[in-house]
Amino acid sequence: MTKKILAYIDHFHGKAQPSSWESLGLAAVITKDLGGETAALILGEGVNELADTAFQYGADQVLLADSPILKDFRPEPLADMVAQAVKDYQPDLVIFPTTSRGRTLAGMAAVDLDTGVMVDVIGLDWAGGEISTTRPIYGGKLLAKLTCSTSPQIITLRTRAFDKPEPDSSRSGSVTALEVGLNGAGVATSITSHQDKGGGVSLSDANVIVSGGRGVALNPALEPPADLDEEAAEVWKAEQGFALVQGLADVLGAAVGASRAAVDAKYIEYDHQVGQTGKVVSPDLYIACGISGAIQHLAGMRSSKVIVAINKDSDAPIFNFARFGLVGDMHAILPPLTSALKEYLAG
Amino acid sequence: MITKPGSQVQEKYNQLSNYKEGNSVKIIVCVKQVPDTAATMTVDNGAISWGDAPLIINPWDEFAVEAALNLVADQGGEIIALCLGKEGETEAIKHALAMGADSAVMVSDPALEGADNVAASKVLAAAIQKIGEADLVLFGQQSVDTDTGLLPVQTARLLKWPSLTLVSKFESVNPGDGKIQVLRSMEEAGQIVDSSLPAVVSVTKDYGEPRYPSFMGIRKASKAEYPVWSLADLGIETPSSSIAWPEVTEPVQKEIVTEIIEGETPEEKAKSLVEKLIAEKVL
Repeated sequence: MTKKILAYIDHFHGKAQPSSWESLGLAAVITKDLGGETAALILGEGVNELADTAFQYGADQVLLADSPILKDFRPEPLADMVAQAVKDYQPDLVIFPTTSRGRTLAGMAAVDLDTGVMVDVIGLDWAGGEISTTRPIYGGKLLAKLTCSTSPQIITLRTRAFDKPEPDSSRSGSVTALEVGLNGAGVATSITSHQDKGGGVSLSDANVIVSGGRGVALNPALEPPADLDEEAAEVWKAEQGFALVQGLADVLGAAVGASRAAVDAKYIEYDHQVGQTGKVVSPDLYIACGISGAIQHLAGMRSSKVIVAINKDSDAPIFNFARFGLVGDMHAILPPLTSALKEYLAG
Repeated sequence: MITKPGSQVQEKYNQLSNYKEGNSVKIIVCVKQVPDTAATMTVDNGAISWGDAPLIINPWDEFAVEAALNLVADQGGEIIALCLGKEGETEAIKHALAMGADSAVMVSDPALEGADNVAASKVLAAAIQKIGEADLVLFGQQSVDTDTGLLPVQTARLLKWPSLTLVSKFESVNPGDGKIQVLRSMEEAGQIVDSSLPAVVSVTKDYGEPRYPSFMGIRKASKAEYPVWSLADLGIETPSSSIAWPEVTEPVQKEIVTEIIEGETPEEKAKSLVEKLIAEKVL
């Protein structure tokens, strides 16, 4: 039973979310096994270059809509286009990356197409052509097996749960232009401006994450400026601690994470929170500094390949999940660790 | 105490629902009861269990309730907490009322057992229409049990209202002009979005700390009465579900052998760790 697969390429103003290519990698594995073909769906303005990249990552053909109406992320016209593309192409399976936009568009398109969405999938089985998926629930504390009885089946893939294929620059294919039958005036939303997020490596895509917890504020050697009250002094100390975390992250090209305790204490912005009410991540290497390992935090990071725990308290639960443990003060260990890694990576 | 439709509470509620003037804003906040995030989850004979962990309002929903309270404090209006759940799942509604929501509606029907997101959204959309005249429907960004984050966008799509997801700031809300401006988060940047009202908004943790319920609020909430609507009350058939969960399992824990890195000084420990990481091929 062959499969026609449509993979949505998520991007911001033409710059793709890397997890988009993971969908094409999965599609190639399925169609190699069952037969069939994969189309990449690209919606935006001035996005022709993304089509070339989609072929390199395994698309057999590209469906592309280029229009100023689709330039900024506005869910309504984009979801209209997704539903139209599905009706035209008639795929059995539609794959989105689980990004903020991918999740939104998958959900809306499912309503239009009278089908369901299996969100944040980490495993997929297609034995006999019947697709079932596995996804984490309760912040990864449990796993659910899901099936969808209607067609097309729509899934969103958790970032980094499936391999990104090697690009093959010799591949190419045909681009089908989709007609944009939308009228900009009929769209209820408009984007007035964008605000920068200050760069940095994104947690979800990171190969390596260095995280800080309550311990970042506990450097006994620091003397905060005298004019700060108790709370401000604690935050000041935490900022010095997170500077060490950032220093190590910079050397490793890593993203900076944080425990909920650190975010709630206002040591760092919420964007960095890893855990059940933050981001769920699974990098190759996760270095937890001054994090004790509350169950909510563990739920968000324990599928990391290798976990390193640095903590003063040898009884901290995080050590039960760590491949390597360093019992000691992170403020003493991070500077020599950062220079040792810098030396190795330079060398 | 939970009361049935047709009671005095229901009539009083119907009167309240017509209230609207000037730039005051009528907000429906969708809330859900979940097990505490500190709970250890297990599967016993195929059923999900959280042991004796407390049941709480979905933590993400508290941000939505907080946003609603601030909007109404600024420009007047009304907040209705709406909860879809099994009968007796009252923690989310109680918490929203204790924080300061004016009234609540529970939607509960045995036919909704196993409903998927699209089915649940259809029920919520019907309840939102029955409540009527809402300017804004607020959700938390997702629930900590099933983590799908689909209900806000699917409910909006069914209502044919704009979906404003992952909002951390309300720049302006003008029901008089039918306009709203919000700050929405994406991976790469924030977006200032202008939209028409009514709209569905999901609120992120970046919005700001939710308040603790006051003692008076908790007392008031414990005595509050609110209607429980069935599918028949909403005038809809049981919506069909495409997604089934034939099996839930506990993840197989990788056997982890923890190696404690020894050393006399931090420098020695650091050097030793780097060697181990090189051997583990993760650098």
